[in-house]
Amino acid sequence: MSRSRSAAALKATEAVPVFAALADATRLSLLGRLSVNGPLSITNLSEGTGVTRQAITRHLHALGRAGLVRDARQGRERVFALDLKRLEKARQYLDHVSASWDAAAARLKAFVEEEA
Amino acid sequence: MTAEAQMVQDSTSTDRIEKNVVLRAPRSRVWRAITNAKEFETWFRMKLDGEIVPGATIYGTVTRPGNEHVSPIEMLIEQVEPERYFSYRWHPYALDAAVNYSAEPMTLVEFILKETDGGTAVTIIESGFDGIPLARRKEAFRMNDGGWTGQMKNLAQYVA
Repeated sequence: MSRSRSAAALKATEAVPVFAALADATRLSLLGRLSVNGPLSITNLSEGTGVTRQAITRHLHALGRAGLVRDARQGRERVFALDLKRLEKARQYLDHVSASWDAAAARLKAFVEEEA
Repeated sequence: MTAEAQMVQDSTSTDRIEKNVVLRAPRSRVWRAITNAKEFETWFRMKLDGEIVPGATIYGTVTRPGNEHVSPIEMLIEQVEPERYFSYRWHPYALDAAVNYSAEPMTLVEFILKETDGGTAVTIIESGFDGIPLARRKEAFRMNDGGWTGQMKNLAQYVA
């Protein structure tokens, strides 16, 4: 029990930059496309979006800093892929907080209903 | 209720956690359990050093066995609208002594009460896990126009 709690605690500080990186419509849509069709180049990612290559590049760097994408050279191009490890950790952190609220809500229910 | 709250029902996204529960008790009873410090302590398992009044800063000490070493948690009481709405800010609900909570962003916790058949519907929302001030986040939500949920569903399916 205490082990799982400290594991969650480690994730807490890691999770915040992940969620911050996700709080942007363009970055979310980039992640969505990478999750379906990745790895993709900047050219692929800017096609049909109406967003400039420069802007896409900036967003990809932000996602890279948060540990959500990594890039690799493929021939002459640089391709970007989703990095799921950090996303999974962030999700586990949120699951942990969510479970705490489930338990609190159940205790509140028991507390107010016992007198009824 | 915020626009985001209306958009998402019982759900967990990357920014917010929402719980909906129906309690078989009158709204006045539920309200007292949530906003009377002594009653709050009982079910929340956290001892408060002050009363729940708007604008107050109080500290909560975890009373759950095995958590006595956790340092008191700062709670900034925001709105207290009798039998309807109660909100406060604190550091996210993941109690652990190993964490330096002051380095984490504060989240907003909201309790929303509504009368319903046979009892009281309570919605609990904790939001702000991305550490982004509420005003800026609202902007992001507006721009996103609901796309957030769909995108996250894709990602969730992918990582599941």
